[in-house]
Amino acid sequence: MAPRGTRIVMLVIMIAGISCLSSVIYADDAMGALLPVIPMGQGESCVKDTDFMRRNHMELLKHQRDETTLRGVRSEQLSLTECLSCHAVYGPDAVAVTVADPGHFCRSCHDYAAVSIDCFQCHASRPEIAR
Amino acid sequence: MTGANHWKDTVKPIIYSEIKGNSSRFYTLATILAVFILVALACAYYMEHYGHYVTGMTNQVVWGTPHVFAIFLIVAASGALNVASIGSVFGKAIYKPLGRLSGLLAVALLTGGLVVLVLDLGRPDRLIVAMTHYNFKSIFAWNIFLYVGFMVIVAVYLWLQMERRLNHHAKTAGVVAFIWRLVLTTGTGSIFGFLVAREAYDAAIMAPLFVAMSFSFGLAVYILILLAACRGSGREVGDVVIRKLSRLLGVFAATVLYFTAVQHLANLYAAEHIGVERFILLDGGIYTFLFWAGQVVVGGIIPMILVFRPATTGLIRNAILASVLVIIGGFAQVYVIVIGGQAYPLELFPGMEVASSFNDGVISGYTPSLPEIGLGLGGVALACLIVLFGIKLLRFLPVSMANEVIDPHYKT
Amino acid sequence: MTDKPDFSPGRRSFLSAMAAAAGVSLAPGVMLYAISKSSSAGANATGTEVSSAVRWGMLIDLNRCDNGCDDCVSACAKENGLRGFGRPETDAQWIRKVEIRNPETGHSKSLPVMCQHCEDPPCVDVCPTGASFKRADGIVLVDKHTCIGCRYCMMACPYKARSFIHEVLEDQKPHAPRGKGTVESCTLCVHRIDADRQPACVEACSDTGGGAMLFGDLNDPQSEISQRVAKYASKQIRADLGLNPGIRYRNL
Repeated sequence: MAPRGTRIVMLVIMIAGISCLSSVIYADDAMGALLPVIPMGQGESCVKDTDFMRRNHMELLKHQRDETTLRGVRSEQLSLTECLSCHAVYGPDAVAVTVADPGHFCRSCHDYAAVSIDCFQCHASRPEIAR
Repeated sequence: MTGANHWKDTVKPIIYSEIKGNSSRFYTLATILAVFILVALACAYYMEHYGHYVTGMTNQVVWGTPHVFAIFLIVAASGALNVASIGSVFGKAIYKPLGRLSGLLAVALLTGGLVVLVLDLGRPDRLIVAMTHYNFKSIFAWNIFLYVGFMVIVAVYLWLQMERRLNHHAKTAGVVAFIWRLVLTTGTGSIFGFLVAREAYDAAIMAPLFVAMSFSFGLAVYILILLAACRGSGREVGDVVIRKLSRLLGVFAATVLYFTAVQHLANLYAAEHIGVERFILLDGGIYTFLFWAGQVVVGGIIPMILVFRPATTGLIRNAILASVLVIIGGFAQVYVIVIGGQAYPLELFPGMEVASSFNDGVISGYTPSLPEIGLGLGGVALACLIVLFGIKLLRFLPVSMANEVIDPHYKT
Repeated sequence: MTDKPDFSPGRRSFLSAMAAAAGVSLAPGVMLYAISKSSSAGANATGTEVSSAVRWGMLIDLNRCDNGCDDCVSACAKENGLRGFGRPETDAQWIRKVEIRNPETGHSKSLPVMCQHCEDPPCVDVCPTGASFKRADGIVLVDKHTCIGCRYCMMACPYKARSFIHEVLEDQKPHAPRGKGTVESCTLCVHRIDADRQPACVEACSDTGGGAMLFGDLNDPQSEISQRVAKYASKQIRADLGLNPGIRYRNL
């Protein structure tokens, strides 16, 4: 076992670390600089409730993409286009932003969580703009 | 010597040792190779970030210089193991001391080739997908299995060669490695041979042609690496070894010429293939030049003259020159196969003149671009670096391959 | 030197505490994962799978295909967001007009060539990851989620139907996702077909072009296309390869 002085220092650091972390997790928006700012989507949740979507949207996306691409199963509610139409974030010129803008809905959380996604290398990241 | 391995079968035990690897020459070489590798990584990043339009590869010539390098390295990797096979599988005592370096070189070349191949993919970040989703109808998918399996088998083979107690199992591992290698190279050749659509490829002979190429290129690279390693670490290589390896190289180069001749003669007989044969053999510009001057003369005829004419002096110089020429000829051959085969247009409407906005009916142009060449050279550098560190860290290299050491019956 | 095994009680209790902590932190995640797996299976789309009872195909009458007309090509580019970058060697082309001329007779013709949607596609055979696949209703597609961009399918296609995307793309059409580093080809406007519409090229040809292209279900004996291929002679390009493409040409 480490000498007593080292043990005390380690304990203090652990407690400080845990309290910092928990304060971040349970703080309100006054500490918002440390949390992702996720733009609200339009309307009520149409697929599942927010907590479920936060945890499991990636499973839904992955399952549905195979259903649609490989087996041709399409549904308006579960299409990426539909997700993007409600979750579009509009810039100052009232035009929906693309994934290049850090304010994009998916980026607002994914940048924070440092989980890179490559969906928008192929998929349009905003509803189609009528030209 | 403390901690040296002993070979039980010869009268004089062969002693292996690590190279010292602490001279300024060693570190300079390692640094140069590392620079090449870093440049290759930068090239790969550049290609991946901006997209392949920055390279010379197009929608017509989809596989370019990186693939030429990768295929050369992969084919040579399988052939480099030949030397060990001749020792273990066919029991030729003189080749046995050369077996460990042969295994190391095989793994190193394969790694270099695969790294180049993977970094050139359109989506190299999807490597995990490639390793977990297999379409077993695809010879390409089979090749991925064969390459990874080859690494494992050669690792086991090397371990058994260097192991004292289990050394007698090395022969079994050698047989497995030999057969696996033939299947692997057949698979690599079949990547092209199975393409019915392309006039230049659709031929079963691509598989044995690639096997012959692997023997030839692999041995040429092995000779150069062996001589360089021994020269660099002050170890003697006797006439016996050099003469044997050189003559073997000549035989392999002749085999490649034979299969090439059969491939083209068979094609010339079929009227439907006259177009592509005329292109490769006669009026294909750079491809015709590379075929005759590069592959046939430089890569085949001249090395054979060098190694087969009676000579008592300059053996090492002949061996080095022959190996270098075989390698140059080998690159030319792979270039003609990979790029020449794609440059010739697909015959959608046999016998008709065709024109479109998508390069139908015309010979496609291709110019190697710097990022491609950089990436390819990085693969070569990686292979060399792996060998360099291998012989420094572990006992791959025999202390001496002088005539008396290698051949117990040698008389001056 | 004899070594005593160091099984100090402090170390043992530390290890067990860590194991307990790991178990406590992993358990909720595992539970959540199990819940999500079971519930996401329930959230299925309302559409139905496509079936092999249908086989989509096209019949193109070359007597009506005009040499100078490329309405099908422009319509395809517009529908799928194909943008040229001024680099013809690397720009994607899903459909192209090919002019063929018989050198013996001097007779010339033009025809649109796109992915032929073979019944036995070589591109599907050679794809190492299975990204190139044939949908049950006969449409040959690339699953861009699995495509690693090796371009082997481009080598294998006898019709040079496939293109590789050589640059970063932006503002793709939502119904036609396409991205750098993957391979693509004519999708027979699968997004339109699934919505009971016609491919863009066929629509453009009948609206403004020569009315040469006919699209329909080759498995349905009552469909117009089936009746026409039964009545009039039609050919497939490179029929000798035995791939049985779904695209047939009349008066070739």
